[in-house]
Amino acid sequence: MSIDWPRIGYAALTLFIVINYGMIMTALVRKIGARVSGRYGIRIYQNYIDLVKNIALRSKITHGVMYYLGPVFRLTGGVGLLLFVPTIYGSAMWSNFSFAGDLVLALYFVFFGTLGMALGAAESGHPYSAIGITRGLSQVTVAELPLALAVFAISLQYQTLNITDIVAAQQGGIFNWTLFTNPVATLAALFAFVGTMMRSPFDVVIAPQEIPIGPPTEYHSSYLALMQTNRVLFPIAKTVIYMNLFFGGATNWFEFAIKVFAIYMISVLVGVVHPRFRVEQSITFFLKWGLPVGVLAILLV
Amino acid sequence: MMQAIYDRLKDRFQLGALDVRSRKGLAFVDLRREFLRPVLTELRDVEGFTHLILLTAVDWIEDERFQLTYLLNNRQKNLDLGLRLRLDRNLAIGETIHDLWPTAATYQRELREMFGIAFPGSPRVDEEFILEGWTDMPPYRRDFDTLAYSQQTHADREGRETSDPREFMKQILYPKD
Amino acid sequence: MKHMDPNFRKDTKTEFPQREELKPRKVTTPDGQVIDIEPLQDYFCQEPPKVHQKSYFKIVEDFYNWCRAESLWILAFGTGCGAIEMRPLMTPRFDAYRYGIQWRATPRQANLLMISGYLSVKTLKRAIRTYEQMQGPKYVVGLGSCTINGGMYWDSYNTIKKLEEYLPVDLYIAGCMPRPEALLAGFMELKKKIKAGNAEGANKYAEKFDWYKANQKAVIKDWDMPDYNW
Repeated sequence: MSIDWPRIGYAALTLFIVINYGMIMTALVRKIGARVSGRYGIRIYQNYIDLVKNIALRSKITHGVMYYLGPVFRLTGGVGLLLFVPTIYGSAMWSNFSFAGDLVLALYFVFFGTLGMALGAAESGHPYSAIGITRGLSQVTVAELPLALAVFAISLQYQTLNITDIVAAQQGGIFNWTLFTNPVATLAALFAFVGTMMRSPFDVVIAPQEIPIGPPTEYHSSYLALMQTNRVLFPIAKTVIYMNLFFGGATNWFEFAIKVFAIYMISVLVGVVHPRFRVEQSITFFLKWGLPVGVLAILLV
Repeated sequence: MMQAIYDRLKDRFQLGALDVRSRKGLAFVDLRREFLRPVLTELRDVEGFTHLILLTAVDWIEDERFQLTYLLNNRQKNLDLGLRLRLDRNLAIGETIHDLWPTAATYQRELREMFGIAFPGSPRVDEEFILEGWTDMPPYRRDFDTLAYSQQTHADREGRETSDPREFMKQILYPKD
Repeated sequence: MKHMDPNFRKDTKTEFPQREELKPRKVTTPDGQVIDIEPLQDYFCQEPPKVHQKSYFKIVEDFYNWCRAESLWILAFGTGCGAIEMRPLMTPRFDAYRYGIQWRATPRQANLLMISGYLSVKTLKRAIRTYEQMQGPKYVVGLGSCTINGGMYWDSYNTIKKLEEYLPVDLYIAGCMPRPEALLAGFMELKKKIKAGNAEGANKYAEKFDWYKANQKAVIKDWDMPDYNW
């Protein structure tokens, strides 16, 4: 098997663009949040400084191999999610490693990071980590249910498991988007979207005011830097999937930037106006509202 | 109203004089040690003093006595009654009332640590309450000199000035006198 | 002036007995194994801290210092009344976030330990633990006159007077309590110090480790933790 060097180069470039985009965008979102509450907010390049600062810490301690691998798995989840999904539709350069069954793989990758993190944080032996993981995993699991059902619904609708084909079917006008052809499935998926973006009202797991910031309690310096990178990469990668599945994908980087920002703002807007749910409340919420909509989506197809 | 309660109890328990302070619903009364439990039980169950506001101590070092003050409250009639009990300072053994009010156990633990008054039978009374690793005498006793202790433990920073508040303000306000 | 008893002598002879739960002992596990337990042993590492070298290139170190100064992560650990002066810094009126100052909930991720006000001996123990768990380079700021010379607790039997005897302090902010504006000014001073490469508290702590430990153990009678909490 020959190695396709240009493709790897483009994949690396995709990663680079998306990480920088994510850095700026998350800072921008925080700035918007600050302006809403009447503050000036963080500097737009603050994320970069924090990242370098964390890498530049002089001492770091480890709790064993799994502890070390936790952030690595987490980042692998984000990178894998991004690279196995076509970022820009219709472009050979930016389709990266997408293939016939990539939708299933993407679903798997959404969960992969959390699981890796669970293993790593558990090894740190900090009780808060263990509690944080339990809460995080149960919330993510139940939030993913509507998404899985929505994905089944649209894969039945389009008769394919290939994201590129799904995007292709949505081309040619805004009313070909799944958003309009299958609004129930979109709604179900948006439940999951808001639930897994780790923003209010579903961010009790990593909230500093709760059990101190949950799973990453023990992580510092370069470990934390890896997780910070993932924190900006992963939401974008996830948003890309939603964009591809429900909002017609993107045909160039400009459209990509606008759409991702718009979709991301859904969770931000929900978060700004809603207080935090407790874990059991959010689980009840997803089982009561998210799951029936997902089931309905399948029945309607 | 307080007087009526006092009259009912006075002879049976050989109470001291009723000492009404500052407002009508607040009174203090001296008590002999052997009547502490009967009086408290009677006040709680019959007279409606259901709430133990606090239990505290005063160090009367000149009289060689500790004074325990049990402050009770009657919520319905809005009455506060303080029972004063004197202990020998050198013996300093009180009687536990944690079975009457469970909160008393915490107060007794505090008194044990800060005044060194023992309350045999009170739950966890010998465990540390606020201080950790304290090896000196109980710090609320009046023969414990906190300033001297502080100066023998921590060095002052050089250049620190202290002035007596009274003299200082006198100089500012009435420089001529 | 406050009266002081000239005859009062502090009890220096009595040693605090070691706590029962801290003594080494043998424990039988549920499956019948007998194991030795040494509660004061840090199973991760018993080493004292070591001095960390700066970067080899000056320009790299300067860049790092700039980043450290512009991204101060404060540990949200309030010891005294000063903790209440820190909260307004997050509000729209003062908004410390625009200077790159953030609050972290865990010592592992924080760089700046604010000793916000008086420090009782009991809290000092926790503050030392917390400080040692932070990752270097780390900074300590003492807030208020209580950390400088005891402040209004100058005659208290249970609060320390000079913070720099126990932790390497980079900066004091005077006041009782300092206003949030004074805190912001203090942060700016700290930034200058970090950018100039003078804020090497963690290395100072490692160099004079024995001196610091002797001071700490002189006031903390029941030392119930490893010498350095990794």
